[in-house]
Amino acid sequence: MVERLEHEVEAGTVPADGEAVQARLIEILAEVAGTARAPIDLSNEPAVLLMVGVNGTGKTTTIGKIAWHLSQEFGLSVVLAAGDTYRAAAAEQLAEWADRAGAELIRAEEGADPGAVAFDAVEAARARGADVVIIDTAGRLHTQGNLMDELAKVRRVIGKQMPGAPHETLLSIDATTGQNGLRQAKVFAEAVEVDGVVLTKLDGTAKGGIVLAIADELQIPVKLIGTGETLEDLRPFDPTDFANALLAK
Amino acid sequence: MFDQLSDRLQATLSDVRSRGKLSESDVDAAMREIRLALLEADVNFKVVKTFTKTLKERCLGADVMGSLDPGQQVVKIVNEELTSLMGGVGSELAFASNGPTVILMAGLQGSGKTTACAKLARWLRENGRKDVALAACDVYRPAAVDQLVTVGGRVGAHVYEKGTDADPVEIAAWALEQAKTERRDALIVDTAGRLHVDADLMEELAKIRKRIQPHDVLLVVDAMTGQDAVGVAESFAEAAEFDGVVMSKLDGDARGGAALSVKAVTGKPILFASTGEKLEAFDRFHPDRMASRILGMGDVLSLIEKAEQQIDEKQAQDLEQKLRRNQFTLEDMLQQMRQVRKMGPLSGILGMLPGMGAMKQLKNADVDEGQLDRVEAIILSMTPEERANPGIVKGSRRKRIANGSGVRPQQVNQLIKQFDQMRKLMRHVASGKTPDQQQLASMMGGAPRPKVRRR
Repeated sequence: MVERLEHEVEAGTVPADGEAVQARLIEILAEVAGTARAPIDLSNEPAVLLMVGVNGTGKTTTIGKIAWHLSQEFGLSVVLAAGDTYRAAAAEQLAEWADRAGAELIRAEEGADPGAVAFDAVEAARARGADVVIIDTAGRLHTQGNLMDELAKVRRVIGKQMPGAPHETLLSIDATTGQNGLRQAKVFAEAVEVDGVVLTKLDGTAKGGIVLAIADELQIPVKLIGTGETLEDLRPFDPTDFANALLAK
Repeated sequence: MFDQLSDRLQATLSDVRSRGKLSESDVDAAMREIRLALLEADVNFKVVKTFTKTLKERCLGADVMGSLDPGQQVVKIVNEELTSLMGGVGSELAFASNGPTVILMAGLQGSGKTTACAKLARWLRENGRKDVALAACDVYRPAAVDQLVTVGGRVGAHVYEKGTDADPVEIAAWALEQAKTERRDALIVDTAGRLHVDADLMEELAKIRKRIQPHDVLLVVDAMTGQDAVGVAESFAEAAEFDGVVMSKLDGDARGGAALSVKAVTGKPILFASTGEKLEAFDRFHPDRMASRILGMGDVLSLIEKAEQQIDEKQAQDLEQKLRRNQFTLEDMLQQMRQVRKMGPLSGILGMLPGMGAMKQLKNADVDEGQLDRVEAIILSMTPEERANPGIVKGSRRKRIANGSGVRPQQVNQLIKQFDQMRKLMRHVASGKTPDQQQLASMMGGAPRPKVRRR
């Protein structure tokens, strides 16, 4: 990126004064950040969303927020699937969000097969004519091969219940994550074909610059950003705002 | 753990080591490599600058340049400086002289506080503080209290909770009163995750701290945090004046930036490391051992400690007797295998052995735990007689065992053959002879021996 900017300044397409260069830099950053942009695909009936990510990146919270937006602002009926059957009280946490968002929850007891929960949820959503199904999964470090295999299996099982599903696989990335975020995106994308990133915890000092690398190298766009703990704190990603924030002091 | 950083540092240092004499420009070049390696690992740039500066000064000192083996000296210095960068040796939790030891946990959302609370409770109970209680002060995140109650129950800790309607400061104070009257040995206070820029919540944390006067405040930091780690640690240092750090999610492929920066920036050492999904995956952090692991010198001390914790002395003595009398059976092998596996995944154990970092094949080969499962299954499908005397396993017995354990008959054969070789080998060892390398290799499943680069 820097090379490209240098090149443009030398060639004279960008005037060599501070402000113009900065403005052009923001443009370039926004362009890279906006690589492969696409809205979240909700055209299917039901649209199946799968949420994946490393432990503690904000999967469950993000699902709660998405469910709230879809049901409160767009009037869609939403089914949530508590596919995190590993962590203690993960299903209770999702139940609370389902309650707040007015969504229905499909859950199983702790230690149950996450694939089965996902399967049941999609089946239930089809039977009831729900608009959207969002499937939560247990957080897992991308270095744990067996857990990544499990995730790939969950995805396959969903596809068995409804061919073509999941229609949207979202990876949550914590904005405070450093260079490791790129590795996470790469490995998750290999396991479950990630369609988009949700950049969480952007309300701190972290700017999440790693998504630039993710968009650039893996062609995976950021689709949503999380900026707080309440239901409203979820926004579509805007590359220009992001580029501005990245350079702001 | 920190593989990438480890690889780069080892490459640089082996280059330095191979030189007989070091010129100032050699040292400069090495320092540049080290600086790049650290920056790529997300280590804070100020920390990197000071670190390489100290390093260079020491390396150019007269005792290094004039010594017979300057390369070796440089490695030694890097090891020492890495150790002190991560906190030196010998930082401990502070314990109360009487009454419960109070530990306050703080951190960003999703750094792993609740899990760390349970793991720490378990660790304390294993290390002489029998009666440990937890206080559930995260009233914000849905089901955080339920989670703490569940994991607390799993590690045998009592959980004080007042649901989510009470004020966290009040819950903490109340839990402390309870812990005192019920004469608990320790109280661990879980708090809600908070962003370091959230003034209200940071003030709440300061209030909890003031009210309960903890003996230790621990900051839980996600090992994968990037350059932001420093800002986070600084803000928490101000509001919560933490005493030490719990580094979580160290089992990922984090590059080590957070771990290497946090002590230098805040002056507070890393006390604990959390290295897995299981509640046992939590232990003291030893900067010196971590430094030698990063530099590929292994961590034999931790390995020995692990072994001591898991291996039953009585059983070990019995086994030794059997080995001496050459009465080692498949049943004993099964016991042995299970004990070793209790120490954790084999790949983790291998990582602690010196020089393993240099053996690429071993490092990248995911140790096949399934293979061990199959061996277990095969032995378990044998009768006691067959286990004691595998020689009788022929034809129909072999078929039965194969069917019982879901393997092919050839695999049963293979196991018995390997076991035979092992027995022969042990007879050699017991009689005081050194085992033949070729024999050793064939025992490891006949795999070609990895080439070890001699230094």
